[in-house]
Amino acid sequence: MPELDDKVRDLLSHYDPATTDKAEFLGARFDAGLAWVHFPRGRGGLGVSRGEQERVDALLAAAGAPAPDVGRNSIGMGMAAPTLLAFGDADQQERYLRRIYTCEDIWCQLFSEPGAGSDLAAVATRARLDGDTWIVDGQKVWTSGAHHAQRAILVARTDSSVPKHAGLTYFVVDMSDPGVEVRPLRQITGEAEFNEVFLSGVRVPNSDRIGDVGQGWKVATATLNNERVAIGAGAAREAGQIGVVADRWRRDPSVRTPGAQAELLAWWVETEVTRLAGVRLRQQLEAGVPGPESSAMKLAFARQAQEISGLALELAPEEGLLYDDWTMTRTERPSFLGRGPGFRYLRAKGNSIEGGTSEIMRNVVAERVLGLPADHRPDKGIPFKEVPR
Amino acid sequence: MTDLLYSDVEEALRDSVRSTLDRFIDDDFVSRIYDDPDTDTSPLRRALSDQVGLAGLLIPEELGGSGAGPREAATVLEELGRTVAPVPFLTSAVIATTCLLRVGDRGILSELAEGRATAALLVPWTARRGAWPTGESVIEPVAGAMEADYFLLPVDSGDGTVSLNLLRRVDVDVEQLTSLDMSRPLARVAVRAEGHPLASGDAAVEAVDAALAAGTALMASEQVGLARECLQRTVEYTRTRVQFARPIGSFQSIKHRLADLYLQVVQAQAAARHAAASLAEDDDEARIAQAVAGSWCSDIAVRAAEEALQLHGGIAMTWEHWVHTRLKRAKSDQLALGTPDAHRTDLAPLVDLTA
Repeated sequence: MPELDDKVRDLLSHYDPATTDKAEFLGARFDAGLAWVHFPRGRGGLGVSRGEQERVDALLAAAGAPAPDVGRNSIGMGMAAPTLLAFGDADQQERYLRRIYTCEDIWCQLFSEPGAGSDLAAVATRARLDGDTWIVDGQKVWTSGAHHAQRAILVARTDSSVPKHAGLTYFVVDMSDPGVEVRPLRQITGEAEFNEVFLSGVRVPNSDRIGDVGQGWKVATATLNNERVAIGAGAAREAGQIGVVADRWRRDPSVRTPGAQAELLAWWVETEVTRLAGVRLRQQLEAGVPGPESSAMKLAFARQAQEISGLALELAPEEGLLYDDWTMTRTERPSFLGRGPGFRYLRAKGNSIEGGTSEIMRNVVAERVLGLPADHRPDKGIPFKEVPR
Repeated sequence: MTDLLYSDVEEALRDSVRSTLDRFIDDDFVSRIYDDPDTDTSPLRRALSDQVGLAGLLIPEELGGSGAGPREAATVLEELGRTVAPVPFLTSAVIATTCLLRVGDRGILSELAEGRATAALLVPWTARRGAWPTGESVIEPVAGAMEADYFLLPVDSGDGTVSLNLLRRVDVDVEQLTSLDMSRPLARVAVRAEGHPLASGDAAVEAVDAALAAGTALMASEQVGLARECLQRTVEYTRTRVQFARPIGSFQSIKHRLADLYLQVVQAQAAARHAAASLAEDDDEARIAQAVAGSWCSDIAVRAAEEALQLHGGIAMTWEHWVHTRLKRAKSDQLALGTPDAHRTDLAPLVDLTA
């Protein structure tokens, strides 16, 4: 598309990547409609096909332009931005989208609760309207990045007299509110990648409500579908755990046994067919064929990450008996692949839980893709306050 | 990245193959072949070749074919796999035709394009690129031989040179074997004459390898068609079959198996598309694609048929049920043109994971 090339050239001629401040460059890129090209004009995009983004990214990367730190602001870019675009009003889009893209605002997600993980619609965190302000009380968990986030997307219960899905509302929370308390949650790996977030009398202006009161489930579902697309992405061959193990195999003949080779090759094939299915899914999305198939990709990703990271320990048992570091660390850029094999093995255990457990993903595929009948749900149609919890 | 979707041309071709198949065969038709191997399948073959032009799909237009490519052939094979159609498309129109195209034979290709004759590559159905015998006087089990008019025989000339010889029906004795999959009959073929050489040396080796590579790459699509059919029909069944006062498809133990199978079929489809799309290239990437598709799609077709059987329960163990013809084809396909293990072994040096 020549217009895109012109826009890229124009951006680069006004903002030299070598001398422009990163946030300033990204802001200018947003204003030029080159942030998310499929977003509308004035909202960081040009209203063109999503498939054009790759070309823009490549052109800018070739010119040495800074890229947004997707790893650091994955919730903001991958989930909050598309949700704001779909359900936010003009004022909210105006206030938030640009600052997400420039990473001036890092976002986190206040969804899961100790009593509502897979059954997300059972959240008990309460929001009640006091004049023009919502007052929020409750506890959230598994909040990655909460310790350095400026904003959060929140699902809270605004009506417990209706069935669980109907009584939810979606908000944007200012994490600097004095009622927000963030505590690190140390994990199996020793790292504290996640947090518990305690909300006590947190004040949210009504202008930060996303979608209508009671529409929170619909908005949250859209957010989660974006999450699964983000988790399922990754186009390079050997990009995940298989790359680490294959690399080890090539460098170190001492790990090579016939049994391990058979296993490694089988996983290599499985990883490759998943990559190809991901490519095909993206091509379908670009061709305008939507679908929840990305849930299936997440299943594959989790299984492979767990099995292959386990195989890695068996390949080098002496090394596998050791661990790199149990010190509690708080990284800003969590990585499944960073650090040693023991870390990778332990961290991968979360892949089948976070972002929807594999069991929930299988239900999603079975019901929404294959059209199988819904599971038996005893809480259906019952007011939330009467559901046993 | 190659396009892994289907073009409008492919979808149109799929529709015409599908409507022809639906007019001529049903599950019982395939089942009957097991009781009576002499069941006349020629009306189906003629319809597919006269009305849809399948016999000459890969043959250039100047020789009377349609000049289509591997992607179109792959789409056809999905439909043939869906119905376990008893036609020699894979053996004659893909494998033998690829071989003849490589050696540049024109006369026979014209005959094949018109659907007046079919051909078979005279190697065991387990052969794969780089692993096929030469110089045997009795070859078995050979696929596509029962109805073949021409046979392409790799011959070891004694000094290590391979030649590819053309034999006619009168030059061989063909004896049908009782095969696990009677919808693709297998035969013992005894060679009684030398035939005449089509190519020798590297040209002959390359032609046979290209033919077997095409067979591997495109059989993956047959397996995808079969697996999808098993998945779809099983989903339909579990939606309606009631036990314990609920459709069994509402039980998570059933749903989760079908969700896993769906994922594997989606993966198989992408792998088969990639193998078909890259078949025209003859490089490492194409060979990786073949090994990946050859191993994955083989396993998933079997898995889909086995899951279909288990989830249908006792009814699927009966002769009347559609599952048995699919299971027999799927298991046979898994052993044909290289087992999954053999494909993964071939993959190792291509992706630098040697022992």
